[in-house]
Amino acid sequence: MLRYTVNRVLLMIPTLIGVAVLVFFLLRVVPGDIVEVKLRGDGGNVSQEVIEQERKRLGLDRPLVTQFGEWMFGMAKGDFGISMWTERPVIEEIKLRLELSLQVALMATIFAVLLAVPMGTFAALFRDTWIDYTVRILTIGGLSIPSFWFGMLIMLSLLAFFNWLPPITFTPIYVDPWANLTQLVWPAMAVGYRYCAVVARMIRSSLLEVLNEDYIRTARAKGVYEKLVVSRHALRNALLPAITVIGLEFTFLIGGLVVTEQVFNLNGIGQLFVQSVSRNDFMLIQGMVMLIAAFYVFVNLIIDLLYAVFDPRIRYDT
Amino acid sequence: MTTIAVPTLPETAPRAPNQYFEFCKQQPLGAISFVVIVVMMFAGIFSPLVASHDPLAIDFAGILSAPSWEHWCGTDAYGRDICSRLIYGSRTALVIGFTSSFLGSTFGAILGIASAYFGGKIDDWIQRFVDVLLAFPLIVLALVVVAAFRKFVVGGVDVNLIVAIAIPIIPRVARVVRAAALSVRVMPYVDAARAAGYSHTRIIFRHMAPNVTAPYLIMLTAFIAQAILAEASLSFLGLGVTEPTAAWGLMLSGNAADFYREAPWMILFPGVMISLAVFAFNLFGDSLRDFLDPRFKV
Repeated sequence: MLRYTVNRVLLMIPTLIGVAVLVFFLLRVVPGDIVEVKLRGDGGNVSQEVIEQERKRLGLDRPLVTQFGEWMFGMAKGDFGISMWTERPVIEEIKLRLELSLQVALMATIFAVLLAVPMGTFAALFRDTWIDYTVRILTIGGLSIPSFWFGMLIMLSLLAFFNWLPPITFTPIYVDPWANLTQLVWPAMAVGYRYCAVVARMIRSSLLEVLNEDYIRTARAKGVYEKLVVSRHALRNALLPAITVIGLEFTFLIGGLVVTEQVFNLNGIGQLFVQSVSRNDFMLIQGMVMLIAAFYVFVNLIIDLLYAVFDPRIRYDT
Repeated sequence: MTTIAVPTLPETAPRAPNQYFEFCKQQPLGAISFVVIVVMMFAGIFSPLVASHDPLAIDFAGILSAPSWEHWCGTDAYGRDICSRLIYGSRTALVIGFTSSFLGSTFGAILGIASAYFGGKIDDWIQRFVDVLLAFPLIVLALVVVAAFRKFVVGGVDVNLIVAIAIPIIPRVARVVRAAALSVRVMPYVDAARAAGYSHTRIIFRHMAPNVTAPYLIMLTAFIAQAILAEASLSFLGLGVTEPTAAWGLMLSGNAADFYREAPWMILFPGVMISLAVFAFNLFGDSLRDFLDPRFKV
């Protein structure tokens, strides 16, 4: 088990280096950088000399390989560079907003899993009845309705039915739990809908597969209560593939947050990402991409380790 | 040297003449979603004939007017007819959605087949590359590409946007097609083609590609849905299609949200159109999968 763990941890490194190389050079394929956006963005007439000076100050005049090396060495030491727009360390820009986004993501996960497990289970148990059809229509809707529009609909209905809109300023949960929850529960629902749909579909299909297994027939044949057959024998095995989907979709929540935070005007990671893209703030984009990739790789590691714990066949010693 | 006669393979399996009828019978939901898609394509191609108003015509006398016989879906903050803008918007959505999905799926399929065909070191490297690209949600990778390339519009079509959405599709298709191609690679006819001395390119395109058509078509349809969603999201964020072009995502962005109270129709109808289009392509992709290859899982 230890050997397997170490192996898996070491495998993370080449992927992260690959991500770093890819994003760094992708952003620099086309000439032109933040300096021009910053100084000429408003149509201002700035001389070439000033631009060159600013480039020199930000260290953009050096060869790409040097810049890349410096960035990589910095990251190895935990220094992700300085935002080219606000000139503050990338780490701090991210840290400021991480709490909010993480909370929305966690709330969305809780919301999604709590709904998805019963939905998927009942759809599978009552296959091809109205329960199954309702769940299937709801879940295909979750895959099709854009999360930002769903967020707008939530706001619209709050306004229409309660004549109330969630507070705009962010209050941490340890300061005022009520104000915090009334603000964040709506975006969590907006991003959680798609999440819930994906997980429920997964549970439905894997449960349908498991219910055909021999050991389910055996359990029924020896007279185990149907409730126990479902909860102890079937669901336990069907949830294993669902864990993968829950984990992967959790890392992909950032994709939903990018648009949803815009709707609810939340100053989180998603909004920071959109801002850094529209300002061509390469350092910040790189830092955030590395963060997302590291998070993805880390969650994958946890999924693999969980699998190894639950399914001894996977603990191959290589 | 004597030439070796290679038996010519049938181009495609002979098909029953009533396969379309068969599809409608087996997959009624798929048939309905196909009708929705056709109607949207029709609206997109013949927008000038279908739309009652000019989508760009500004009318300050009639801003934010509620749905009526004159304006079926009401008007926006500039007095533009929302219904006409929705019809022209289907053009934007379908052109960008179809082109980027087609490009992404095709490159992905070629990459996947090549990866399976060559195997060994090349396969390892391609898979490493695919793994790296898969570490990001589609929209995040698309945003990075948007940041990297400048706005580039040819003939009213945002080429940079198409590239940005196509790139994240490549690794996703490559992985699925590779898995299908691995089973094709060990077929005797591929060995025969090799023995006959055909070039790698010819074997990949003429012998292997036709046999992974089913997963390719399924992925292509499914990713049109994803691409339409991505285009709407990017336009909504102000990083995709720009004003005054009619695009569904764009109609929801900017100050549209400020008119919750006065003009809810402004945010209602464009969202319905996005959902309907994505829903139709998702459902059609699902039905196509069940019809063509019931064991196939994405």
